[in-house]
Amino acid sequence: MNKLLKSKGFQNASASILSIIFGFVFGFIVLLISNPANAVGGFLTILSGGFTGGMKGLGQTLYLATPIIMTGLSVGFAFKTGLFNIGASGQFIIGAFTAVFIAVKATFIPTEILWLVALTGAFVAGGLWALVPGFLKAYRNVNEVIASIMMNYIGMYLVNFMVVKTVFDAARNQSMTPTRAIIPKVGLDTLFNGSNVNLGIIIAILVAIIAYIVLEKTTFGYELKACGYNRSASQYAGMNSKRNILLSMVIAGAFAGLGGGLLYLAGSGKHIQVVDILAAEGFNGIPVALLGLSNPIGIIFAAIFVAYINVGGFYMQLYKFVPEVISIMVAAIIYLSAFSLFFREQISAFFKKRTEGK
Amino acid sequence: MDTIYFVFQNSLLFTVPLVVVALGGMFSERSGIVNIALEGIMVIGAFFSIFFIKTFQGSIPPQLLFILAMFIAIIVGVLFSLLHAYASINMKANQTISGTALNLFAPAFAVYTARMVQGVSQIDFENNFRIPKVPLLGDIPVIGNLIFQNVYITTYIGIGILVVASIILYKTRFGLRLRACGEHPQAADSAGINVIKMRYTGVMLSGALAGLGGLIFVVPISTNFSGSVLGYGFLALAVLIFGQWKPSRILFAAFFFGMMKTIASTSTIIPFLADLSLDPAIYKITPYLATLIVLAFSSKNSAAPRAAGEPYDAGKR
Repeated sequence: MNKLLKSKGFQNASASILSIIFGFVFGFIVLLISNPANAVGGFLTILSGGFTGGMKGLGQTLYLATPIIMTGLSVGFAFKTGLFNIGASGQFIIGAFTAVFIAVKATFIPTEILWLVALTGAFVAGGLWALVPGFLKAYRNVNEVIASIMMNYIGMYLVNFMVVKTVFDAARNQSMTPTRAIIPKVGLDTLFNGSNVNLGIIIAILVAIIAYIVLEKTTFGYELKACGYNRSASQYAGMNSKRNILLSMVIAGAFAGLGGGLLYLAGSGKHIQVVDILAAEGFNGIPVALLGLSNPIGIIFAAIFVAYINVGGFYMQLYKFVPEVISIMVAAIIYLSAFSLFFREQISAFFKKRTEGK
Repeated sequence: MDTIYFVFQNSLLFTVPLVVVALGGMFSERSGIVNIALEGIMVIGAFFSIFFIKTFQGSIPPQLLFILAMFIAIIVGVLFSLLHAYASINMKANQTISGTALNLFAPAFAVYTARMVQGVSQIDFENNFRIPKVPLLGDIPVIGNLIFQNVYITTYIGIGILVVASIILYKTRFGLRLRACGEHPQAADSAGINVIKMRYTGVMLSGALAGLGGLIFVVPISTNFSGSVLGYGFLALAVLIFGQWKPSRILFAAFFFGMMKTIASTSTIIPFLADLSLDPAIYKITPYLATLIVLAFSSKNSAAPRAAGEPYDAGKR
C-alpha cells in the first residue's frame, strides 16, 4: 500500500484528480452566482453527463471523444518528447480537408476502401503539416510554440481557400458532404441508438494503444523521450536528436490530422465551415493531454471524461444554463493542473510525513 | 491619392492595437515571463469595457465614455493577468499551460456571462467614437489626410504608449532592471533586484496593455462584440517576435501586418491590386508566413530574452 501511495504514477494521477475536483467546485460556484435556484439541478446534470440521455448520450460521449482522443494524443505525444504542440488545430483541419477532398474527388477508388484511403490521407497530411515546425525546431532552433501558432493560421486560411476552390458548396458556404467515404458504423449505431458513434472511436483507441507501446516499449520511443528530457545528453549518447525532434513532431501532427479525418468522415453531417475561426478540437486536445498526464492510455480516459461533461453541458440547457460553463470549468482544471508540480510536492510531502510519523 | 489615404487610415486601425498588445507582450517577456495569454486578456478587457460602453452609451459624451472604457479595460486586464503572474511566478507553473488556460477561460467566460445576463452572446454598441477631422491639424496637406482625418483617439494614445514604452525600457532604471530579469535573473537577484516584483510588474504591464488592446481593436472595426478578438492576441505575439522584442521594430512589424490585413479585406476595391486579382487568402497568410521565415533565419542568434519561459529558481545562482 505504501509503495502504491509513494509511486509516481499515483501521485501524478491524484494531482490530476485534485485539479478536476477543484474545477468542479469552481464550476458549481459559477452556476450558483449566475442562477442560484437552478444551480444544483444544473450541476447534477453536468455530473451525470453522458448518462443523461441514456444510450444515446453515451454514444454521443464516445463520438465527441473520438477527435479529442486524437488531438490529445497529438499534444501528449509531443509533451512526452519535450515539445509543446499547440499546432494540433492546424494539423487537425489540414487532415480534415484532405479526408474530405479524397472522399469527394477520388471517385476512381472503390467505395469499400475509400474511407480508409481518405483517413490515411488525413494522417499523412497532418504529419506533413507538422513537419514545418518540426524542421524549424530541429534545424533552425525556432520555438515550436510560435511556429505552430503561425502554422495554425496558415492552415486555417489555406483550408478555407482550398475548400472554396475544390469542394465548395456555395449555397451553404461550407464544404461538400462526403457521402461515399463514411466510416463504417459496425453495429455501434444500433447499440447506441440515435447517436453518431462509429468505428472511429475504436480506431482512436487502437492508435492510442499503439502510441503507448511505441513510447514505453520500444527503443525508438525511448530515444524520442530521451531527446525530450535532454537534447545534449542524448546527442552525446549517439542519438540523432535532430531527426528525433523532427519525427516526434511529425507523429504528433499525424495523430491530429487523423483526428480531423475521423470527425469529418463520421457521417454526422459535419462540414468544414469557411470561417476564419481555428478548429476548437485542436485546442481541446491540450486539456485532454494534460489531464491524461500525456500518457496515451490516460488520454483515452481524459478525452472520454471531457466529452462526458460536454454532453452534460448540452443537456444542462434544460435548466436555462449556457453550455460554455463547461469550457470555464475545463479552463479552471487546466489552470490548476499547471500547478501540478506544486500539488505533487504537497501530496508526496503529505505521505512522507505520514509514513515517517509511524 | 485617395486610395493611399484610405489604405493608410484603415491600416492604422489594425496597427495601433497590434502595437499596444505587442508592447504588452514585450514587457512580460523582457521580464522573463512568456505570455501567450495575450489573446485571452484582450477578450476579457474588451468584454468588460464594451459592456460598460453599452450600458452608459447616451448618458456620457462619446469621447469621455471611450476613455473611461479604456481605464476599465486596463484595470480588468491587469487583474486577469495576475492569474498568469501568480501561476508562473509563485507556483513555478509551466507558462504555456497557464497561458493556455487563460485563453480558454476568457472567451468561454465572455460568452457565458453575456448570455446569462442579456440572453445573447453578442454585445451591441453604437460606434460614435470616430473623429472625422481633427480641427486645424486635419487641414495640413498629406499628413493631415494620413493621421488627422477619419481617426480614432486611440491612434494618438497608441503613439503615446509606444514612445513612453521605449523610454521606460531603455532610459530608466526600471527598464534596465526589467531587462536584467529577463536575461539573467540570478545575476539580477545578486545585484539586489527583486526578481519576483519585477516579473509581476512585467506581467501586469502586459495585462494592462493587452486589456486596452482588446477594446481599441474591437471598437473601430465593429459595432458588436461576441467573445472573440479573431486571433489578434496571437498575431501580436507574432509581431513581438517579428519585431525582435524592440519597440521600434515592433512598430514596423505591426504596420506591415496591419497593412496586409487591410489589403486582404480591401484588395478588390484597390485599383492596382484588383488588377493583380490575387486571392485575399494570400494577403491573409502573408503575415504568418513572413513571421515563420523571419524566425527561420533569426532564431540561431535569437534576440529573445534569454530567461523567458523559465521559472526563477534562486537556488541556481
